[in-house]
Amino acid sequence: MKIFFFCLLLIAVIVLISRIPKRGTKIALYAVLIILAVIMIFPFYMMFAMSTHATSEIYSFPPDLLFGSRTLENFYKMTAAVNFPLSFLNSTIVSLSYTVLVLLFCSMGGYAFAVYDFPGRRQLFSLLLVTMMIPWTAGIIPWFMLMSKFGWVNSFKSLIIPGCANAFGIYWMRQYCSKNVSRSLMEAARIDGCSEWTIFFRIIAPVIQPAYASLGIMQFVNVWNDFMQPLLMLRDPDKMTLPLLLKTMVSDRGTDIGTLMFTSSCAVLPLLIVFLFASKYFLSGLTAGAVKE
Amino acid sequence: MNNNSHGFLYTIKKYKVAYAYIAPFYVLFAIFGLYPIVAGFYLGFFRWNGLTGRRFIGIANYISLFTDKLFLKALGNTFFIGIIAHIPILLGGLALAYILNSKLIKGKNIFKTIYFMPMVTSAVAITIIFQNFFGYNYGFLNYLLSFLGIEKINWLGGDGSRIKIAVIVMFAWKWIGWNMVIYLAGMQAISSDIYEAATIDGANNWRMFFSITIPMLKPIIIFTVIQSTIGMFNLFTEPFVLTNSSWTGGANNGGLTLMMYLLNKAPQGGTSYGYASACAYVITLMIILISFFVNTAAKEKD
Repeated sequence: MKIFFFCLLLIAVIVLISRIPKRGTKIALYAVLIILAVIMIFPFYMMFAMSTHATSEIYSFPPDLLFGSRTLENFYKMTAAVNFPLSFLNSTIVSLSYTVLVLLFCSMGGYAFAVYDFPGRRQLFSLLLVTMMIPWTAGIIPWFMLMSKFGWVNSFKSLIIPGCANAFGIYWMRQYCSKNVSRSLMEAARIDGCSEWTIFFRIIAPVIQPAYASLGIMQFVNVWNDFMQPLLMLRDPDKMTLPLLLKTMVSDRGTDIGTLMFTSSCAVLPLLIVFLFASKYFLSGLTAGAVKE
Repeated sequence: MNNNSHGFLYTIKKYKVAYAYIAPFYVLFAIFGLYPIVAGFYLGFFRWNGLTGRRFIGIANYISLFTDKLFLKALGNTFFIGIIAHIPILLGGLALAYILNSKLIKGKNIFKTIYFMPMVTSAVAITIIFQNFFGYNYGFLNYLLSFLGIEKINWLGGDGSRIKIAVIVMFAWKWIGWNMVIYLAGMQAISSDIYEAATIDGANNWRMFFSITIPMLKPIIIFTVIQSTIGMFNLFTEPFVLTNSSWTGGANNGGLTLMMYLLNKAPQGGTSYGYASACAYVITLMIILISFFVNTAAKEKD
């Protein structure tokens, strides 16, 4: 109840500020944005800060919110407890191979739908759109059995191959190609005697590089962070991806918090840095897929 | 006729490259999408442990599903979490996007990037942080509340009823940025002429928001609602890790979701493959029904 009143008070203050003539609205809007930005960043900050503390320091009241000095200690404890580099490598192998295949198949498919007027194009494309709307949950059990029949349980193939030519990627690439692929360039190449394969792989593929960047980042992030599929598929400790490694550390109640926070920081940081630098590609790609024109 | 079919074959041949380019999707979809979905429907009518003795039992799986208290609990939890969490992500996402779309604000991209950070972070890592944040003895939330004179609250334990609150907070924290980014893109696509005309007619900001922005954004809002509804039914990682990898959702099944219930029947906890298939179909049906309902409800208002 008290929390509720506190929130009401906060809103009242912001509304009051917005009533101040001239600059009031602007200040109030910025206040809202900044408060939310702090809420978004704070958990990350807490994780990084805790990864520099020993567990005994974290388990204290009031909590220490500044950075500590036990980073190296946590690092040694992590290397003793788990094989972080191996999991990192596993995650990298899975995510990279998946992304490369997605880019290849989806750009091929999207390009074909965008530029060739082949018989059955409209029907096939509608079918593709329909498959996007079917929730994959429906087939989860037979899907799992199929994997074990193929002998893909405990293999990265189960995470890489099933989704590597996905409908979202093809739809997304088609949107991009129909706007950005120049027909006259294709015609010119044809007159020069290029085969259709050469036209795509040698001439068109370099032109649609921004699309590769956007779709690539989106798909990479999804696989890198995926938890449920690896949990179902990878039983062997040597095959664990990073989210699985973290989960194992949580469920072993012996793991101390400082080490756990240090490990999750190491798992999260690389992708976060990539995102901060490439957020333009990521966000523009995402909205291009969602906002149809 | 003969000539015609010759012509047809000729066109197929002419476009063989195009068919080759789109073939991977249809092949993979047939194997890993279509087959499991059809087989799942079929399996739902059998009792099967995955190895031997598959036995047809009609709709018995569906009947026992809806008489299982644990399933109903999971269903209730999932809906509770989903419905409550949609309030902040819809209203908050719209409000944030509207603020960011305002001409008064600079540094839009910085805010956008910050709000989107949770979406690119591993759900397991996020849950680990929040597990600490909601901790009983040394959690930061309880520390904050102590300033308001509130006694320590056992968020993740106790009778289990507050696990859902923690999950809602995480769900909202994660999805608000995604909704905001998409709404903002939609708002930027609305021509500024409409707003200018409305300003000349004397409409204020609130009026413009409800009479121009919201109606123009309707298709996009529907899209995000359907996406986050699917997200809600697939909710698994957060409550699972939050309750220390408990397949039953912690104390009193307070954090048990539909997905967790399903995976615990098969293939993770048990081997009730037929039963789990029926459960998967019920979940799917609910997703489809809700999407349909959201779509028609939005269209009726036009």
